[in-house]
Amino acid sequence: MMIGKLFHGGIHPPTFKELTAQKPIKKFPSPEKVYLPLLQHTGTPLQPLVKKGDMVKRGQKIADVDAFVTAPLHSPIAGKVLGIEEWPHPTRGKFGAIVIENNGSQDDEINGVLSQEEMEGMDPKSIQNWIREGGFVGLGGAAFPTHVKVSPPSGKKIDTLLINGAECEPFITCDHRVMMERTDFILSGAYLLARACGAQKIIFGIEKNKPDCIEKITGSIHNIPLPTQVSPLPVLYPQGSEKHLILTILGKEVPPGGLPLDVQVVVSNVQTAWAIGRNAQEGIPLIERVITLTGDSLTNQENLDVPIGARLLDLVNYCGGFQVSPEKTIMGGPMTGIAQVTLEVPVVKGTSGFVFLRKNITKEEYSCIRCGQCVDHCPMYLLPTDLVRYAEHGDFEEAKKQRALDCIECGSCSYVCPAGIPITHYIKIAKAEILLRAKKGGK
Amino acid sequence: MSILLPTVLIGILGVAFGYMLAWFAQKFAVHTNPLIKKIEEILPGANCGACGYPGCSGLAEKIVNEDAPVNACPVGGVKVWTEIAKLTGKTTGNLETKKAMLVCQGGKGTVQELGAYQGIDDCRAAAVLGVSHIGCISGCLGLGTCEKICPFDAIHINPETGLPIIDWEECTGCGKCVEECPRKVLVLVPGREQVRLACSSPASGKEVRRVCSKGCIKCQLCVKTCPVQAIHFQDGVIQIDQEKCTLCGLCVEKCPTHCILHLMSKDRKDAEETLSSVLNS
Repeated sequence: MMIGKLFHGGIHPPTFKELTAQKPIKKFPSPEKVYLPLLQHTGTPLQPLVKKGDMVKRGQKIADVDAFVTAPLHSPIAGKVLGIEEWPHPTRGKFGAIVIENNGSQDDEINGVLSQEEMEGMDPKSIQNWIREGGFVGLGGAAFPTHVKVSPPSGKKIDTLLINGAECEPFITCDHRVMMERTDFILSGAYLLARACGAQKIIFGIEKNKPDCIEKITGSIHNIPLPTQVSPLPVLYPQGSEKHLILTILGKEVPPGGLPLDVQVVVSNVQTAWAIGRNAQEGIPLIERVITLTGDSLTNQENLDVPIGARLLDLVNYCGGFQVSPEKTIMGGPMTGIAQVTLEVPVVKGTSGFVFLRKNITKEEYSCIRCGQCVDHCPMYLLPTDLVRYAEHGDFEEAKKQRALDCIECGSCSYVCPAGIPITHYIKIAKAEILLRAKKGGK
Repeated sequence: MSILLPTVLIGILGVAFGYMLAWFAQKFAVHTNPLIKKIEEILPGANCGACGYPGCSGLAEKIVNEDAPVNACPVGGVKVWTEIAKLTGKTTGNLETKKAMLVCQGGKGTVQELGAYQGIDDCRAAAVLGVSHIGCISGCLGLGTCEKICPFDAIHINPETGLPIIDWEECTGCGKCVEECPRKVLVLVPGREQVRLACSSPASGKEVRRVCSKGCIKCQLCVKTCPVQAIHFQDGVIQIDQEKCTLCGLCVEKCPTHCILHLMSKDRKDAEETLSSVLNS
């Protein structure tokens, strides 16, 4: 089923998914220490609820803050709080983190199990609260708090829930494996999400390069009490961007600066649905997730079920270490991910994987030859050529007029640029500057 | 003879237009204070905007007609201020020239290097990425944005350390580099002899020691050493009270990581002498 249309532009990068696509998820053993940054989501940073020396249970809430756009944090292991210290953070450089030492006990705090009747009986508001208490955020990468996403402002109605299983980033296969191995939880999570936002139907969007997932999900969607469909998607990067997913599946275009709820849609990642479904059935909040550790410098590429806060170094050792020490390490996929400078960084809620590359391939930068490749491939109908020049010369007013803020930073322009210009980086600067000025002007 | 008529005609027209122009020039003349023009000539003419007024002519006008301070132009320095003071009869306020100073010594080999930065060669571009290539959370990124934007060629990156060196002879204190530095390791200080801490890290001593060999490790030896109690440890950082400091230099010697610097410049003294001689003459 696909009534929408192909989006403009996009690219076909080599996927490298064969490294891990058929490797079953392995459970990473509970680590000795976990490092839990107080900012793992988009929104307000958390305040710790525990202090040095406290004993915590697995699944116990250890940080929260009185704000709407935030998600509480739960301890992924049982043990003792060693303190709150500045620790390397995969996207912020350094950030305050709660450090917990494992005491090896299986002391669980089970919270939030919902029986079938309870699930049916809850109103949307209480499901939203239940989701907030579980600390759920979008596990696709942006880590936007899920309860905010499924709480449409009054006057807005949601009719469709899209479950995003496109996974268009090269290398990353964690969603693929979750769809194959943990289908039941995904289905009950999707149903809960639909109930929370009031959606009347659910559509799974899965790229056609994962036919096994399409088959598996199609074969089991009859278990959901709402009309549910699976929509096989064309293989095109950035198909997994929510705006492009909506356009491809439903043919609706999210207005510039708008959100999916402006077109009556909520989009959620498959792994988010899985984590929510798991909480409903097993009472475990978001303390674990599946990530992909891959790249040609790693000895064994794996899909791992890891606790949030596990240190990257421990994960690498679990995968057999490096064959060759990597020249470049990226958190997330190579298109939108962020380069890492240390193996001390912990897994955060938004981590979809780590890619370790043997060779750091760089393009030499030349002057723009105005070929227009970036314009042809921009999925947001922007003019990257012009945006680069505005950013270079500091004309951020004009960059704003040319909709720099609509850029989704997919990296297609930098990928195709024959002159090797880091176009996305320039637009990133422009966006940061525009947002900074808006903040200053607003005060 | 056919040349005669046009010659005469053009001649008459020329004379007529000449008189008209002369008449217009007088009738519609815009009367400006000649002082403004004179001051404008004294000002450097770079139109850099460091004074906060629209260009040099804008400042000249504001000095004459409104109460813009005589020393508003940081670029011109004492020489320009004294000349303007002489012309306008106004007294100069604060005579201090400002200079940019780097409050970081974490160059190559000093600060922990975590990786190689790749991307746009600009500190501001590196700063938007969140993750940085040096271990220090507040240290100089060393990509030379200040060198590129300095309008007076006063900043040069030292190829050995990767840190900017600011030439106080050339620095005019316009503050452009201070504004643009994403790590805020450039500050404006008075251009005179003084003792300053050259580390901006708010991190704990342990953390600073781990990432940098020339950072302030918060040992507070300087606080104990200072004979006039001019150094305090407040809000987790060392602060030197410039009013109390007697420039004795004891803390500079004691500092185990050599991150307190004794900056030398005779700028202020010269300035005072020049001004008083001009005003009294």
